[in-house]
Amino acid sequence: MATATFRIFRGEKGQGRFQDYPAAVAEGMVVLDAVHQIQAEQAGDMAVRWNCKAGKCGSCSAEINGMPKLMCMTRLNTLPLDKPITVEPMHAFPHLKDLVTDVSWNYTVKQRIPKFQPRKPDAPDGSWRMAQEDVDRVQEFRKCIECFLCQDVCHVLRDHQMHDQFIGPRFLVYAAALEMHPLDTADRIPQLRQDFGIGLCNITKCCTKVCPENITITDNAIIPLKERVVDRFFDPLTRFFRMFGQKEA
Amino acid sequence: MPDYITHDHDVLIIGAGGAGLRAAIAASAAGVKVAVISKSLLGKAHTVMAEGGIAAAMGNVDDRDSWRVHFADTMRGGQYLNNWRMAELHAKEAPDCVHELEAWGAVFDRTKDGRILQRNFGGHRYPRLAHVGDRTGLEMIRTLQDHGIHLGLDVFMEHTIVTLLKDGNRIAGAFGYDRERGRFHLFRAKAVVLATGGIGRAYSITSNSWEYTGDGHSLAYHAGASLMDMEFVQFHPTGMIWPPSVRGILVTEGVRGEGGVLRNKNGERFMFKDIPPAYVNQTADSEEEGWRYTQGDKNARRPPELLTRDHVARGIRREVQEGRGSPHGGVFLDIAWIKERIPNAAEHIKKKLPSMYHQFKQLADIDITQVPMEVGPTTHYMMGGVQVDADSQMSDVPGLFAAGECAAGLHGANRLGGNSLSDLLVFGKRAGEYAAEYAKKNPQGAVNTAELASMEKWSLQPFGREGADNPYAVQHALQGMMQDLVGIVRLESEMLQALESIQQLAAKAERVGVGGHREYNSGWHTALDLHNLLTVSEIVTRAAIERKESRGAHFRDDFPNKSDEFATFNIVVKKSPGGEPQITRETIGPMRDDLKQIIQEMK
Repeated sequence: MATATFRIFRGEKGQGRFQDYPAAVAEGMVVLDAVHQIQAEQAGDMAVRWNCKAGKCGSCSAEINGMPKLMCMTRLNTLPLDKPITVEPMHAFPHLKDLVTDVSWNYTVKQRIPKFQPRKPDAPDGSWRMAQEDVDRVQEFRKCIECFLCQDVCHVLRDHQMHDQFIGPRFLVYAAALEMHPLDTADRIPQLRQDFGIGLCNITKCCTKVCPENITITDNAIIPLKERVVDRFFDPLTRFFRMFGQKEA
Repeated sequence: MPDYITHDHDVLIIGAGGAGLRAAIAASAAGVKVAVISKSLLGKAHTVMAEGGIAAAMGNVDDRDSWRVHFADTMRGGQYLNNWRMAELHAKEAPDCVHELEAWGAVFDRTKDGRILQRNFGGHRYPRLAHVGDRTGLEMIRTLQDHGIHLGLDVFMEHTIVTLLKDGNRIAGAFGYDRERGRFHLFRAKAVVLATGGIGRAYSITSNSWEYTGDGHSLAYHAGASLMDMEFVQFHPTGMIWPPSVRGILVTEGVRGEGGVLRNKNGERFMFKDIPPAYVNQTADSEEEGWRYTQGDKNARRPPELLTRDHVARGIRREVQEGRGSPHGGVFLDIAWIKERIPNAAEHIKKKLPSMYHQFKQLADIDITQVPMEVGPTTHYMMGGVQVDADSQMSDVPGLFAAGECAAGLHGANRLGGNSLSDLLVFGKRAGEYAAEYAKKNPQGAVNTAELASMEKWSLQPFGREGADNPYAVQHALQGMMQDLVGIVRLESEMLQALESIQQLAAKAERVGVGGHREYNSGWHTALDLHNLLTVSEIVTRAAIERKESRGAHFRDDFPNKSDEFATFNIVVKKSPGGEPQITRETIGPMRDDLKQIIQEMK
């Protein structure tokens, strides 16, 4: 059986080094299989997050040969096995140990976004009627598995560390899912501009490229939200009407 | 001196999947202080893996459906070992629970007139599963999570409970550790809800993640609660089998609901060959009729691929054993064939089964819109669990509640697909409400600090053991053994051998050692989980030996038929004062007449 070398970051709180481990390669294997094999046989105390191992829970995010990916969905036959495969934790979040980072910031960000507030039920049975075509776009956003790879790759967070000013692509998608929900009545547009930093995104689309659920983050979520912000705050006609006390669009 | 951090709450919920979150929301709504313990990060629990849908008799697609039909389907599927009161409550309350999710922001697929769409599933007479493509579980957990975070719950992510604490007879809290730092935590609480999910990690081929080590089952058992129906482990008929690294990953029953068929290597629809008597009247007698059923023809009966999971799993096993399997030891599941029947089949499949398409494409290089999948049974779900009161979900330990997969009763000998998500909602809600009520009426129990000190000592033992066994190796050995000896088809002699093996592995588990320190040490966590895995493995095996018949998910090669005698009781296991598992046969109480009548009518 063939073997490959996995160069895995070992250490704590950002301090540490890459260590090489050999692993036997079998047909169909993914990076997470190799990491598990190494953990079971060579590095029992190695820290790694994972759950479903089927690309549905978004736990095993890491950087494989420098690319943000889910370890469970990265097959070895897509990687050059003649060279060591590097596996390291996400860079946009504080490092805890080995492949595990502190992603708790994401959970506090979500809590700041005003929650879903439906309009009153209007169907005779006390529920709502919605057409499939009206929920298609929201369903795309709701595919998100919260792996935070989009946050990891976003330069506003990764390079500029503006976590206190920018909520990141994941939560722009979340906000879009709420804003475009046919039943929702809350208004998050002023906050998107002022508190959530939507203007900081300069649509390089890196987030869209790494999304394992293939959500078109930039085109379908962020740009329409930016348009709503622009319409509200920068459209000259709207501003003109507002001057005379007209209700905002 | 024990070294731990103390937290005080009214209700402590252990588990943050669908049942735990629903319980937390209910308890919080009742105005008590709630803590939620999550073994992983929030929103990653196994609920995200549920694909097909939530069973609820809303009748949006077929108005002949009602709670009565759902009740009868659930009882028939469970081979009448179900707690009938739970089956009644479940069938009646599921529709409201689904509507509640919608009011919290869930976005289900829609019917043409804008209502929640429902799909066909195994064992359900009418299209009943509210769904979102094939990612319904994700929709559900995210909805509960996003609703729950605004309620002031204290969520402890990546914490694990190692023992429940009692004051005399009743519950007083729980003790555990956090993964990040390895510090110990005392959670004092007036009521505790177990919502820890299943035991899938006791088997080598499983759709379950690392978390499902039977924690709730084991915690309850060691705290003196009774476990029931532990012999009933559901093997889902369709797991991926190739390549080896994906073995066990679930392939939703929704594939068959959308018209997918099972074939052996000769191309034969083998499920037509063996239709159990209880289902003959409801099953199509031609391929044509089966197809019409999947396309919504109300006059057609369902194809045999949509028989209950226990039956389909054994059908697949039979084909493989008799030499008619696929190249990698499974059978073929074919959805691509529908291109013979409908235009734009490939697009239709991608729309209806997006994550299945994605999963096979990415993990197996297979395009399911073009070629059949290879599938075989995988350990999926535990019907057995903590014995609870049907209405309140309280166990026989006062103040200890259980809901969802770690509770027993609703599903009897076999669970219908889609009845799990509805179970989580209906009984999660009930458990949360009743736990809050209990917490309001009872003072905080006292905690014995000497017990905490000894638990701490026990937990830390794997550190610094010289030349010790490897915890991962012990876990692997247990999984392989359970798969071989207490799997889909069981035999008394093999199960006795399994008990011996469990004894040996338990001795090894006492000697496992881990390197490194307490911070995020997966080896240490694996070592501690072994205790729970071994506890549940032994109880499953003992209960399976006791049930000398074949029923539902429990199939005995040495007793291949159903027995009338065994139809009258559940097997209940409780820890004896001496520490041994004590097995009793508990007679099922007589069903209310109105419910009996429903079952008669629906025969």
